[in-house]
Amino acid sequence: MAETLDLSVFVKRTGELAHMDLAVEGVGCAGCIRKIETGLKQLPGVVDARLNFTNRRLAVDWRPAELEASAVVDALERIGYHAHPFEPQRAESDEAVTARALLKALAVAGFAAMNIMLLSVSVWSGNVSDMTQETRDFFHWLSALIALPAATYAGQPFFHSAWRALRTRALNMDVPISLGVLLALGMSLYETATHAQHAYFDSAVMLLFFLLCGRYLEHAMRQRTRAVAGNLAALKAEVAHRFDAGGEVVMVPAAALAPGDRLLVRPGERVPADGMVISGASAIDESLVTGETVPRKVTAGATIYTGSLNHSGALTMRVTAAGSGTLLDEVERLLEKAASARSRYLRLSDRAARLYAPLVHATAALTLLGWLVAGASIHDSIITAIAVLIITCPCALALAIPTVQVVASGALFRSGVILNTGDAVERLAEADTVIFDKTGTLTLPEPRVENVEVFEPELLEQAARLALTSRHPLAQALAREARLRAPIAGAVEEPGQGVRALIDGSEARLGSAAFCGASDAPDLQADVSSIVFTHAGRRAVFAIKQRLRADAATVVRALAAAGLDVRILSGDRASAVAPVAAALGVTNWLGGLKPADKIAAIEALKRDGRRVLMVGDGLNDAPALASAHISMSPISAAHIAQTHADAVFLGERLMPVLQAVSTARRARRLMQQNLWLAVIYNAIAVPIAIAGLVTPLIAAAAMSGSSILVTLNALRVRGRAPATREPAP
Amino acid sequence: MNVLVYLVPMALLLGLTGLAAFLWSLSNGQYDDVEGAALRILDNDDIEAPERPAKR
Repeated sequence: MAETLDLSVFVKRTGELAHMDLAVEGVGCAGCIRKIETGLKQLPGVVDARLNFTNRRLAVDWRPAELEASAVVDALERIGYHAHPFEPQRAESDEAVTARALLKALAVAGFAAMNIMLLSVSVWSGNVSDMTQETRDFFHWLSALIALPAATYAGQPFFHSAWRALRTRALNMDVPISLGVLLALGMSLYETATHAQHAYFDSAVMLLFFLLCGRYLEHAMRQRTRAVAGNLAALKAEVAHRFDAGGEVVMVPAAALAPGDRLLVRPGERVPADGMVISGASAIDESLVTGETVPRKVTAGATIYTGSLNHSGALTMRVTAAGSGTLLDEVERLLEKAASARSRYLRLSDRAARLYAPLVHATAALTLLGWLVAGASIHDSIITAIAVLIITCPCALALAIPTVQVVASGALFRSGVILNTGDAVERLAEADTVIFDKTGTLTLPEPRVENVEVFEPELLEQAARLALTSRHPLAQALAREARLRAPIAGAVEEPGQGVRALIDGSEARLGSAAFCGASDAPDLQADVSSIVFTHAGRRAVFAIKQRLRADAATVVRALAAAGLDVRILSGDRASAVAPVAAALGVTNWLGGLKPADKIAAIEALKRDGRRVLMVGDGLNDAPALASAHISMSPISAAHIAQTHADAVFLGERLMPVLQAVSTARRARRLMQQNLWLAVIYNAIAVPIAIAGLVTPLIAAAAMSGSSILVTLNALRVRGRAPATREPAP
Repeated sequence: MNVLVYLVPMALLLGLTGLAAFLWSLSNGQYDDVEGAALRILDNDDIEAPERPAKR
């Protein structure tokens, strides 16, 4: 490569050394680790290279005086791996810190729970045999010595969250948890000081241990999906050709662009930033931006958007921030409105907590009063009331939902769906209307040759191999049909017209109708582009257009069968949407919509009480994605759309959408089942507690029993169907 | 039963050692790449290539 990539934005300097993190594609076996690490260490100046196989990331340290950052990427390319540097997302590193803190708390709680249990079992068996008062007190004090510091440390996640909720006068599940733990500890301490038979240190710490298990698993799963999403984003990152001060073209990552930069966009490249054309003329394909499939002609002064594909001529553009009156400005304004209008979704667990917490606290208060009225001493009444609080401490309830969520997002991850938000599963299960965007969502992101079958295989192969030489988008669509991926030798490209080469001694041409001398070729419909191939008197006119995803019809039918109302809202012309809707059997469709129209349509459905699942990929879909109840984007989507979608799906098929809906529905059913299991547990345990019959042994057995039961039930989300999709990269 | 006076604290001390070891390994980054660690053991990088017997 003649040009070198300027990667200085990604390089971190510490003293003598430079450091860079890269996402690496195609790492799949033990050999890759060695190949990459030893390969890089052979470069002069590289001090250390370490590949993290779990998240497919490579950390390289080198002496900047001896080596350029781009040499590292080039070296990886030579070894056979495509790598792209990336800036770790803030959210991702925050998540890693929290996960580590949770794991530490889990370790402390686990250590404390096991050791206290050891002492408790001795006390329980001692109480029915010959334990002396002194030994029991000694064991109780030892338990207190372990439990108090351990609970103070390991309980922090719950105490903090409960305190935050109480300060805003709200209730969450952590309020009864914290109250139960603190009361159990306080009462046990008092009982120990008064030489009583029972102490509940084990219950309090074991509760923390179980809850931390659930919380850590939830976090670890989210961290894993986020790492994959981060890698995909980094590998997709585009490079831009920027004019530097001297007028020379330098390659830079699109992330490093700033308003005012002048860029060169060649044919076949995507526009790397929003901006204005300064010079040049071309047709650009804005299907990723507006959903419009017919290329738009642009000249100096025109506004162009990130993700548009440059078809025919080289353009010089200036990067601008969103100016008023442009599409981007409108989209950003709408996004702001949509984000603030989206009512904060009340999670199932929070809804349960709102019902549960007052009920539990009222029951405890009534128990206290009841025993006092019945003539029990104040001490005994308080002890019984606290026992009620301990036994109702929502261990099973707090595990009921997160465990299902963890298993469900794991199952979705395997079927190629990456969740961006924590409560996506719940909201997905509630969807009753699906709105699809057309271009890039129902159809494949890249155009394909429509009429492959009418040509002789040999002719098609020759044309496709000739097309391999060209960067033009139409030629690239044709090139995808090539079985032998070897370009024809000696092919010459005439910019903006086509490619010619000698095949078997006679000239072959591929390109526009005029270039091939075939101006009499039949006219095609507006949304079909054509590319002509001539060779030795034979001629082929390839029709190239956006094709439906292979399983689009199956998925749409299955969604309708599952009781969902399927609709299409497209930014493309109505005449282009109609055949797609007809092919899919969708009667409810609209075309030619602006971003604001899409939002209006969704708002109208919302007012009817519908819960809308929006599936879209374009810049123009971003506001609609943000305002829908739940949203999904294909991985090929525009960056802004992807960041506002609740879930991203991989691959060329639409099947993940269907799988996501069915998994989410199954998960929701199990969440409800789990909540009922927790209710049944309480229905059995609470009367025993009110009667004053709860011993620490019963409390421990009941808590672990119910926790294990809901966790096992959650595992059923995975279902019996084997995961058929390829694993995520 | 007096034996408990030193046996129990000793048991606790041993447990605490285990906990401390785990916390150390966590902050030392031992769990950052669990899958990679399982594969790295298969790598013969301690045997230098030229030392292999030449092919006959």
